Amino acid sequence: MSTEGHHGAHAAPTGFIRKYIFSKDHKVIGIQYIALAITAVFVGMFLSLLMRLHLAWPTLELPFYGLMTPEQYLALMTMHGTIMVFFVLTTAPQSGFGNYFLPIQIGAADMAFPTLNMLSFWFTFVSFVVMLAAFFVSGGAPISGWTAYVPLSALGEVAGPGLGWGQSLWIVSLAIFSGASLMGALNFITTTLDLRTRGMSLMRMPLSCWAWFITAILALLGFAVLLAAGILLLLDRHAGTSFFIPGGLLVSDRVIDHKGGSPLLWQHLFWFFGHPEVYIAILPGMGIVSHVLSTFARKAIFGYRAMVYAMGAIALLGLGVWGHHMFQSGMSPYSAIAFSLLTMSIGVPSAIKTFNWIGTLWGARIRFSTAMLYALGFVSIFVTGGLSGLFLAQPSVDIPLHDTYFVVAHFHLIMGVAAIFGMFAGTYFWFPKMFGRYLNEGIGKVHFWLTFIGVYAIFMPMHYIGLSGHMRRLPDLSAYTSLADLQPVHLFMSVAAFITIGAQLLFLFNLVWSLLRGKKAVSLNPWEATTLEWTIPSPPPHDNFAGLEPVVHRGPYEFAVPGADNDYTPQHLPEVRAAPAHGDD
Amino acid sequence: MTAKPAVEELDLIETGGPPADSGGRLGYGDDGGDFRPATPRSPQVYVTGIWIALASILMFFMGLTSSFIVRKGLGADWAPFTLPPLLWANSLVLLASSGTLELSRRAYRDGLRSVYRRWWHVTTALGLVFLIGQLVAWQQLRAAGVFVATNPSSSFFYLMTATHGLHLLGGILALAYVAARSRRADLVLWPAERPAVTATATYWHFLGGLWVFLFLLLWLGR
Repeated sequence: MSTEGHHGAHAAPTGFIRKYIFSKDHKVIGIQYIALAITAVFVGMFLSLLMRLHLAWPTLELPFYGLMTPEQYLALMTMHGTIMVFFVLTTAPQSGFGNYFLPIQIGAADMAFPTLNMLSFWFTFVSFVVMLAAFFVSGGAPISGWTAYVPLSALGEVAGPGLGWGQSLWIVSLAIFSGASLMGALNFITTTLDLRTRGMSLMRMPLSCWAWFITAILALLGFAVLLAAGILLLLDRHAGTSFFIPGGLLVSDRVIDHKGGSPLLWQHLFWFFGHPEVYIAILPGMGIVSHVLSTFARKAIFGYRAMVYAMGAIALLGLGVWGHHMFQSGMSPYSAIAFSLLTMSIGVPSAIKTFNWIGTLWGARIRFSTAMLYALGFVSIFVTGGLSGLFLAQPSVDIPLHDTYFVVAHFHLIMGVAAIFGMFAGTYFWFPKMFGRYLNEGIGKVHFWLTFIGVYAIFMPMHYIGLSGHMRRLPDLSAYTSLADLQPVHLFMSVAAFITIGAQLLFLFNLVWSLLRGKKAVSLNPWEATTLEWTIPSPPPHDNFAGLEPVVHRGPYEFAVPGADNDYTPQHLPEVRAAPAHGDD
Repeated sequence: MTAKPAVEELDLIETGGPPADSGGRLGYGDDGGDFRPATPRSPQVYVTGIWIALASILMFFMGLTSSFIVRKGLGADWAPFTLPPLLWANSLVLLASSGTLELSRRAYRDGLRSVYRRWWHVTTALGLVFLIGQLVAWQQLRAAGVFVATNPSSSFFYLMTATHGLHLLGGILALAYVAARSRRADLVLWPAERPAVTATATYWHFLGGLWVFLFLLLWLGR
């Protein structure tokens, strides 16, 4: 730390380990996070592949696996949800892209605390290893879902397989993950507040930076509470306390020796974190998509300030709506109305954002790059997933729909798929800056259309079977004759899922192939964008601006400014005039 | 936040084209953009950072506090126990340490480095005395047959004193780090000394205030 006090950044390291493994460079750490998330997303997708196989053909015996038991199905489901929510949706959009581009976009040489940044990645890594270890302990992975509802998650082995060691590892993993996220959030907020370059006022920051900043605030407040809840749960499991475990429980013919605890208390603590977590996953996507849409529409983002305030309002309201996950758990109707009204009011800033995205596209000469296609896909899926949220926000509608596939459809679209589309948009957009080569646009477009149609084919029918009364978390329909007619729908969704998962191999191939053989990005600014990351070499040097600092003279989205010779004006241009064209030769 | 001078007030400095290590590629102002030599990173980040950290720590303890209130409100099984009187003495020690820390900072501001360091060490010692006192209080409770799982009231007592103690241990490490760096700073310039002193003191006072809150909660709410 000794040199960090008075230099802009630490000196460039030379050894392999310092440079690529225990690196303090925010760009290396960003790539480490993204690599971790890509590993995690393929693990999570593999788990869903197993589940979809079982749902389509319940009697199928898999090689090395045999016939899947209901408990095994629940373990897959728990781990799929946990890995996707934490190690993909929380990791890549915020810690991955945010780490790489927040300092560059605000004109800083690195994050405020590079050592803390390194620790935060390695904590995340250890947390992922601990989580995966849950598969390999006696009893296997936990079966209590990614929400780990008490009492199931608090009682230990007696309540079911995986609830012994597996569940304990799960809690420890998330406690470590919380610590990592808190360190990351602290770094993001301090960096944004203190390290902006000259002229980079808050209202000149790219919307991606605003999204990372607001997300970091949510993570700072939410993960602290998850950590507290996790400690209480661990004490209930291992120290004999009764924070959550109620009295008089008889489980597997055994009387449970706890009394007086409140399972609802766990739900309150968990969802106080859990709902903001949804926005932690989606807000960075909103920021990236706003950025990409504006660039390829060749227009200023419509209503920049409204976009900033809308993100702030979503985050603020998002902290006060956790109760809408608990309408069915037992809640005063008065509280339910309050939670319901607050939840529906999130529709207002969300609609403002959607309106402004459409306003940005209106009358634009759109350049349909793959990044732009993913940004447009994000808007589509955000609207589809958001609309079903308005249904679920009302207690009277939520009570019949609660714990059905309708909910599964809703959160997969709005939180999972939309956030993933944001990541894809960011990947295709920033890849040339990060690696000096383009991703292949042809493969990219095939990848987009297969994925876009694929996710709708998977998740739209889930609304339908949910409305038909199909509960979620059912391993198969054999015990439910009333749902037997829905089996062909499962087959359809499974086939759609296999094709969509196959399409992701195309993306993986594109990633590896382009890294080695992709077309070189000769220009610094191949998309003719306006923000600071496009003013430096690709990939950027260790301290980004090579001992210099850019001075910002204008807002982030000055496209098609009247009187300017070019249709884009970079933020660091002192006066509006022609910038030399940088088209690739 | 550091105040940023308006762009117009700054003198324009010629950057002289792309630097040598840009690999001969375009960049750093040859597209007409405005680049200037980087200003040093302000050590103010330590002070900002500590305030952000405090927000998070506060949320953590608010999570525990609301659990305390909810769990007690439910509690047909909630049974109060007698807090060891030693906790009053411990509290006084911790409050006194905030006082000595301010004496230390005053001396630092006045440039009296040996006085600054003396009170700084006294603060660190008082912090250690507090922690040892807390451990002794635990022993007294154990001797009285009050354990973590005895009752939710005792569970919360052990949990809150333990998590507060861990945070305080972090504070002691920070005090020790600053003390070690300050000794060297007499010889070698340490530009981050002032923000480091401020940040450590902010954290320490917060933990003192947090203890007063937790003690009142555990005492009045038991």
